[in-house]
Amino acid sequence: MEYILETKDLTVSFGGHVAVNGVTTGFPKNQLKSIIGPNGAGKTTFFNLLSGQLKPTKGEVWFKGIDITHRSPDARTRLGIGRSFQITNVFPNLTVLENVRLAVQSQAGIHYQLLFHFKKYRKLEERAHQILEKVMLDHKSDFLAKNLTHGEKRKLEIAMLLALDSEVLLLDEPTAGMSLEEVPAIIEVIRGLKQENRTIILIEHKVEMVLDLSDSLMVLFNGQLLAEGSPDEILRNERVQEAYLGGLHDAS
Amino acid sequence: MIRKLTAPPIWYGIIAAILLILPLVNDSRSTLILMTQIFIFAVFAMSYDLLLGYTGIISFGHAMFFGLGAYTVGIWMNRQDESLFSLLMAILVTVILCALLGYVLGVVTLRLKSHFYAMLTLAVAGLFQVGAEKWRSLTMGNDGFTFSIPEWLMDRQLFYYIAFFFMVGGFLLLRRFTLSPLGRILQAIRENEQRAESLGYRVLHYKVISNIVAGIVAGLAGLMYGLALRFVNTGVFGVDITLDGLLMTIIGGVGTLVGSIIGAALIQIAHDWLTDLAQVHWLFERWIILFGIIYILAVRFFPQGIVGSIQRLADRWKERKM
Repeated sequence: MEYILETKDLTVSFGGHVAVNGVTTGFPKNQLKSIIGPNGAGKTTFFNLLSGQLKPTKGEVWFKGIDITHRSPDARTRLGIGRSFQITNVFPNLTVLENVRLAVQSQAGIHYQLLFHFKKYRKLEERAHQILEKVMLDHKSDFLAKNLTHGEKRKLEIAMLLALDSEVLLLDEPTAGMSLEEVPAIIEVIRGLKQENRTIILIEHKVEMVLDLSDSLMVLFNGQLLAEGSPDEILRNERVQEAYLGGLHDAS
Repeated sequence: MIRKLTAPPIWYGIIAAILLILPLVNDSRSTLILMTQIFIFAVFAMSYDLLLGYTGIISFGHAMFFGLGAYTVGIWMNRQDESLFSLLMAILVTVILCALLGYVLGVVTLRLKSHFYAMLTLAVAGLFQVGAEKWRSLTMGNDGFTFSIPEWLMDRQLFYYIAFFFMVGGFLLLRRFTLSPLGRILQAIRENEQRAESLGYRVLHYKVISNIVAGIVAGLAGLMYGLALRFVNTGVFGVDITLDGLLMTIIGGVGTLVGSIIGAALIQIAHDWLTDLAQVHWLFERWIILFGIIYILAVRFFPQGIVGSIQRLADRWKERKM
């Protein structure tokens, strides 16, 4: 199978604690693969290694045949790996529109333009409005990001990721902290993304939510790759069952 | 955020007109000198605001650029003749030196976390001050030196207008800069550095660019300061110059260029006024004590400064109307 993003023996330890332990896996192009596992299994840490926020102690990350293990987070974004954060991570004192516009601007490659007024690039603003409509946030475009509700901030987070228009999308618990009524809308946005032929990697705590969304799943447990496969295989996997029931303990 | 400036353009026009007429109505030497100082420090405060208010960089050594500009023009005019050409050369040299200093300092130190960076800038500015004191052959040490400038520049009234247009030009240029796509990225970095990075922006590059631009502008303000006094000594590298800039920016309103101008005016006028009051009571001579108190109160109760607070009130009023 052709992988767009791969990890080889990926390991990171903090002091004596091994948070991610020798994970070798791959993410097939244009598929949605979910990472599941109990709290503290190393899901977000694994994400941080993929997006470059953390550097591994050992092992490699490959993207489209290039070793990106030592590339910075911003370089990885420009290569085509965009991510959203589990904890809400926006620009609090800028408007919702400006938050998204900045992402659109980055995607358009306008990085060092200091002579023209930013409003000259009207296309960027229009595009930002379109994206905000997609996540149903356009009516709040003039609000400061810090004044949004938690669920709205999550939507904004996703809008900024969409604006980057990356080939690979890393979504860290996109529905975390959302009210139950808001969740289906976000699932719809993700489903829409999937139809646009993108590679999506999704962390989710609520397994039932991602089962019908995912092409495949991988299970992390105590930093190790416990199992991976299609949703059916994962559901039938005894080790996964045990891990989620808390019966299995790490070899160490 | 795409803030509309609180004051409609007509107010800018009126204030500019008053300032243009002022020297014709009131040509007292002390008023002209005070106003000229306000214009020059307004530019210095705006350059500081570019770092503090727009990029979120705290520097305790911004005076190093200011002093570099003042010393450059002094030394240059002293060694060359006092023609317009050597003045233009001095301006060019100031720009180059400040850009170089901003670049080197930025690349070496801006990787540090904010408070380490602040400490380091304090140390570097101190180094410049010591350097100016010890390199006697060039700087005449602690006492400083006077120098001559083109004769037509000595006309206080003309210099008033030059300083005024220097401020207006500085304001317009920095305004355009902060409203450019690059300026918007600086504000994103101020808000959330990690997020700016994950949007694909090379954060360090932008901080260095901001440092260079702020350095050049501050250097030019220092150059104007030197021209106004026709004298320079090690005081131009002093911490109190930086603190003045900090205070002007904070009182006026961090992240608003107009605020820096208002702050500069308030501080300079208060400074002037309090020094006059020294005859009434000795306490007023120690105006730095009073400024310390104002500073504490401003940070405690007015963290957004004058312009920031007005903007917030206006926003609230607008929301209520909606």
